[in-house]
Amino acid sequence: MVGNLLLRGMLAGVLAGLICFCFLKAFGEPSVDRAIAFEAQMDDAKAKASMPGMDMPAAAPDEELVSRPVQAGLGLFTGVVVYSAAFGGLFALVFALAYGRMGALEARSVSALLAGMGFIAVYVLPSLKYPANPPSVGEPETIGMRTALYFAMIALSLASMIGASMLHRRLLARLGAWDAAVVAGAAYLVVVTVVALLLPSVNEVPAQFPAVVLWQFRIASLGAQLLMWTTIGLVFGRLAQQHLMAGTPRLGAAIRA
Amino acid sequence: MTSVAFPAKSRPAAIPVRQVLPWAIFGGLLLMLAIYFVGAEEGATSLIRGMYVHEFVHDGRHLLGFPCH
Ligand SMILES: [Zn+2]
Repeated sequence: MVGNLLLRGMLAGVLAGLICFCFLKAFGEPSVDRAIAFEAQMDDAKAKASMPGMDMPAAAPDEELVSRPVQAGLGLFTGVVVYSAAFGGLFALVFALAYGRMGALEARSVSALLAGMGFIAVYVLPSLKYPANPPSVGEPETIGMRTALYFAMIALSLASMIGASMLHRRLLARLGAWDAAVVAGAAYLVVVTVVALLLPSVNEVPAQFPAVVLWQFRIASLGAQLLMWTTIGLVFGRLAQQHLMAGTPRLGAAIRA
Repeated sequence: MTSVAFPAKSRPAAIPVRQVLPWAIFGGLLLMLAIYFVGAEEGATSLIRGMYVHEFVHDGRHLLGFPCH
């Protein structure tokens, strides 16, 4: 049963990945290209400043391991689909633990609710603290620290969300489902805000970097994540419902209840 | 009047944690490894020599929100 759900989750993830790839190809790549053009311009200017009088193609384009068309095509496709399929699988595992433990919610509702919570905890809140950045933003020397901080922020946000869910269960009897959810949601926001304030900030956007490109890049990143989580939540919900219903004939369920 | 009352909805049956755990541990580990390869390999840390993985998934890494260069 769990293996089957896992497979269905990854299937939903692959579908979400395909949609995200098309979206990012149309709305993400243009700002990546513009950021790379900005980077080349900066390198050019730097080289000219350090070697006045010499008119050479500044910073001879470093040996490209993977060409731009491959990065923007097959590379993007592979990265997005693998990422999305993996999240679909992880999502199915969380669903397997949550289903039947969230009151009387049916599979589709559990899936949609978990997807909303996952989107907020794994992407929205972490990216408010450490937003997505296009190429040419970010010092190569700080990549280790930035990666560690970003993953820490995701882990802490996710842990807070799990804590909030446990708080919700605890408050359920006293407050009822709605009020318990409001209180748990507020508790999540307070804890994550404190976490975000405690973690060090990172801002390595070059002063002359075009604001419009940065905005377009970040909004494309947000759009892709929204699409991915929505697709996984809705498609997996349907696939899981089918699977779980197939195992329990309606008559049998009625008699047992 | 009626002697048997069927509840409108039967509570969905939870899957025993014991049944989920092995999948969650092994599957979860492999899936997180996949996300690591897309998000961080040959950036902050490196399991494989060279920069090929990093360069290949580079656009996805940036657009999915991971820190890069
Ligand atoms: Zn990069």
